Amino acid sequence: MADPLLKVDGLQAWYGESHILHGVGIEVHEGEVVTLLGRNGAGKTTTLRAIMGLVGRRSGSIRFEGQELVAARSDRIARAGIALCPEERGIFASLDVTENLLLPPVVRPGGLSLDEIYALFPNLKERARSPGTRLSGGEQQMLAIARILRTGAKLLMLDEPTEGLAPVIVQQIGRTIREIKQRGFTILLVEQNFRFAQTVADRHYVMEHGRVVDAVNNAEMAGAMGRLHEYLGV
Amino acid sequence: MAGQATAFTATAQQSPGLPGLAALGFNRAQSIAFLLLLGLLLVGPFVLYPVFLMKLLCFALFACAFNLLIGYVGLLSFGHAMFFGMGGYVTAHAAKVWGLTPELAILAGGAVGAVLGVVAGWIAIRRQGIYFAMITLALAQMIFFVCLQAPFTGGEDGIQSVPRGALLGVFSLAQDMSLYWVVAAVFLAGFLLINRIIHSPFGQVLTAIRENEPRAISLGYRVDDYKLMAFTLSATLAGIAGGTKALVFGIATLTDVYWAMSGEVVLMTLVGGLGTVFGPVLGAAVIVSMQNYLAEFGAWVTVIQGCIFVACVLAFRAGIAGQLGRWLRVRL
Repeated sequence: MADPLLKVDGLQAWYGESHILHGVGIEVHEGEVVTLLGRNGAGKTTTLRAIMGLVGRRSGSIRFEGQELVAARSDRIARAGIALCPEERGIFASLDVTENLLLPPVVRPGGLSLDEIYALFPNLKERARSPGTRLSGGEQQMLAIARILRTGAKLLMLDEPTEGLAPVIVQQIGRTIREIKQRGFTILLVEQNFRFAQTVADRHYVMEHGRVVDAVNNAEMAGAMGRLHEYLGV
Repeated sequence: MAGQATAFTATAQQSPGLPGLAALGFNRAQSIAFLLLLGLLLVGPFVLYPVFLMKLLCFALFACAFNLLIGYVGLLSFGHAMFFGMGGYVTAHAAKVWGLTPELAILAGGAVGAVLGVVAGWIAIRRQGIYFAMITLALAQMIFFVCLQAPFTGGEDGIQSVPRGALLGVFSLAQDMSLYWVVAAVFLAGFLLINRIIHSPFGQVLTAIRENEPRAISLGYRVDDYKLMAFTLSATLAGIAGGTKALVFGIATLTDVYWAMSGEVVLMTLVGGLGTVFGPVLGAAVIVSMQNYLAEFGAWVTVIQGCIFVACVLAFRAGIAGQLGRWLRVRL
């Protein structure tokens, strides 16, 4: 098998004095959709933030396309081709939809054009001139995802894109994720809702107390339900 | 407070600007306000004392430059007097000792603002909030003492009887009216430049940094570079404003480089409206008019200013332009 696009090894991270990640190891291959499952506080979001360079202190190894990024600054990690869509979405309130879409710098070729993005998210096109604050939760989430498609980043990390959204919007986000996967993007997804994760992902990692404790192929999901219920307490 | 201003501008109606003015980045309300401003600039000197108007325009440009930093990047500098005052000294020195023409002398003031801005900015942008403000204040105090001690500034006396000279060496500016048009042109150029900056892609990155700096970084921006550029631009324009003021009054003194001047520009911007295009101009107009027309009350002007400041912060946090914009449901 080819080298993974992203290989995280023995990743440790701290917030101030608290030791959050105790040696996380995951691999994501090109074109895959991989999820991190786990309860609140298991370290899923911290893993994404640590990969993105947003956690103050981290150690271990984060290799992206063979390049070691564990010591790199966040803006360099972004320029290497990794993009994060954070849980709080981070839409810039005083910029309108188009301005929000055009803001992130293009880091390499291969991103979608504005027209392609609007074709993928027709409801954003209708709101093109609306300021960020005027959007509904679902629209903000769409915009947060759409915004990182233009930059040419290869690996998209989505942090709980379905959280707090109506079921019909969740379905729409699922369709979007499958569509961007088809366009060749690689996706690392954090989810609490494994029923949703099941509909989009190829593989799953389960996290507990800052470590990866299990890995499940989506095809084996049915057989692993018992284990998952135990891990996730659902 | 910057956040406060943002929240409402974002909810204001987005309307296309008037043709021609839209190219400058103005929306409809701003286009009308701009035409009004142009009208006032044209009629002003025939109604009011030109020297008073020139002083007002210098401070308006200073406040606009300051607003570029606080209103659009969210950085509160408490040391802008160093650029304003030093710009004044260098322009005065250039005009009086080197015999440069006024436009070159003003540019020299801007250049020294830029150089100081790069150095001060490079040191200060490493910290945020109160620490940023304190570093800029400390640097400004250092510059104050340099101005107090350096031989070329004339110490307590300042640089006096600075010649206005002749524009491009041809048009004499000895008459207040002729100098007024030059000052108005300098103000207008600075004002439009700032407006162009905040509506450019560069300005949008600045806005993004103000609203969510970690997000801007993780999208791939080296925000320190952007902050430094904004800081330098702001310092340059402050230097130009200070230089222009020195030519208007023919004097450069310690008052303009003293920390109270840094406070005054904060006051002007706050009273006018943080993060609004026209706010700093209105704020400067209010504060300068008060100083001028209430001068007979002597030290009480400061007390009155203090009361206005407190009232503004308590009741109209969006400032004059911000509050007006809220009532008219437009973005000024």
